[in-house]
Amino acid sequence: MSLNYALLNERTIPKNETKLKTEKVNLFYGAFQALRTISLDIPKQSITAIIGPSGCGKSSFLRLFNRMNDLIIGARVDGAVAIDDINIYDRDIDVVELRKRVGMVFQKPNPFPISVFENVAFGPRRHGRTRHSELADIVEHSLRQAALWDEVKDKLGQSALALSGGQQQRLCIARVLAVEPEVILMDEPCSALDPIATLKIEDLMRSLSDDYTIVIVTHNMQQAARVSDMAAFLMMEEDRAGTLVEYGPTSQLFTNPKDKRTEDYITGRFG
Amino acid sequence: MAVQAIGKRELTQRTAFSLLVLAVAIVVIPVVFIIAYIIANGAGAISWDFLTQPPSQAGKAGGIFPAIVGTLYLMLGALIFSLPVGVLAGIYLTEYARDNWLTRLINMAILNLAGVPSIVYGLFGLGLFVMTMKFGMSLLSASLTLACQALAMTITTSREAIITVPREYREGSLATGATKWQTIRHVVLPQALPGIITGAILAMSRAAGETAPILVVGAAFILPGLPGSPFDQFMALPYHLYTTAAHVPGMPKTTIWGIALVLLVVVLSFNSLAVFIRIRVRQRRFGS
Repeated sequence: MSLNYALLNERTIPKNETKLKTEKVNLFYGAFQALRTISLDIPKQSITAIIGPSGCGKSSFLRLFNRMNDLIIGARVDGAVAIDDINIYDRDIDVVELRKRVGMVFQKPNPFPISVFENVAFGPRRHGRTRHSELADIVEHSLRQAALWDEVKDKLGQSALALSGGQQQRLCIARVLAVEPEVILMDEPCSALDPIATLKIEDLMRSLSDDYTIVIVTHNMQQAARVSDMAAFLMMEEDRAGTLVEYGPTSQLFTNPKDKRTEDYITGRFG
Repeated sequence: MAVQAIGKRELTQRTAFSLLVLAVAIVVIPVVFIIAYIIANGAGAISWDFLTQPPSQAGKAGGIFPAIVGTLYLMLGALIFSLPVGVLAGIYLTEYARDNWLTRLINMAILNLAGVPSIVYGLFGLGLFVMTMKFGMSLLSASLTLACQALAMTITTSREAIITVPREYREGSLATGATKWQTIRHVVLPQALPGIITGAILAMSRAAGETAPILVVGAAFILPGLPGSPFDQFMALPYHLYTTAAHVPGMPKTTIWGIALVLLVVVLSFNSLAVFIRIRVRQRRFGS
């Protein structure tokens, strides 16, 4: 793979304030260890890319931050995962409140088979907003933020499934934004999209990173190089548990990796 | 040589195709024949009076109005009692129950429930609803009995409909901070509803045709009018068909076939409704 280093953004290294933090996190699915002692600090209002070969636990790692792994029977976490220095795996944490603060966009666009409007209003409605005028404001604001408003403003009442794949994914982003989260997790959000739709999502991510902390899992090395401020490279160990090989500013990780394995991966020698 | 090989392949192809056509014919021909036979023999009995008048002279004259309405009441009653329980049980078993020996036992019990002979349900209803709960021989007892029998099917179809709702929808909902119940209520159930309704309608149309269970819990041979309350006895088409055909000497054959025809129309129209709903939903989901 030839990586176009010219695409690397010459962005300043993000502000130092930490939004998300993992400390010696281990994740188990039953007897299988999926992640081993991962510690990293994710800075606020920035984009952090998680890269690594298939099966290295990138998605599992991402799902630590909104406790989506809880849905899997037998999943167990030790170590700490913190948002604003509060351990979200503490006993008294309300998972529903957590997921309001930490939204998630999935690999395959998954709008509900209801209208565009109701998709965006879904979260606010569940959290007790029922006045139509209020919902209409939230829907418009969220769709504008997701750079989708102009394309769908005349078809808010139509089924979301009638939208194109790229539009559906931006709708899913709007659905998350409507809940006013602080963090947005994106699990390979462009893997089902064509290059043009992908670029739109990437532009959107850049503009959202002014206000939100974004963590993205991606298979696409060039995408990681294009959009992220920070990058973490994960790999499987012999027992298939994922570990953190290298973490640092994207420009550094891609141009001057410290670890031989990172270099091998980003230059396409394996993975 | 090559030509021969193709000829052989062709032959296999044709043999397989003929067998498939034959199998379909074996299934379809008797159904068509039965329906045609019933229509041919029973159509003569159908008249406005036959559909709207109560029977007289032990069913030999008059109409079958109370039996038609009684059957519809029974379907409605069975639906009211079995659908909520069936759906809630389906939700519990798919969304909440852990996969342990108890759940597996319950699942097995539900499967077996569907195989219990209908007369056994009748005796169960007689013991529980008629005698123990003292609902008497009544529409209520019969509805509850048929509801028990329909439960196996409504639970099973509800579960299947709920399971087929894609995981992506649940995750999308949970990711916006919706609770588990909100996810079930606002995402899973609306998606599963057409499947649930289809299953419920099919269960009802099966209940409409049952004779044995209602025989012992409240069906009456001849009633001059409609049941005035759920605690009254009632007439029903399958039971009326059975008694007139088996126990009334000199019963006009056309009338018997007429009753069969009406029962068939009731059952088939509900089945068609179920198919119609399924098609409509499929179009809405994938077309638009």
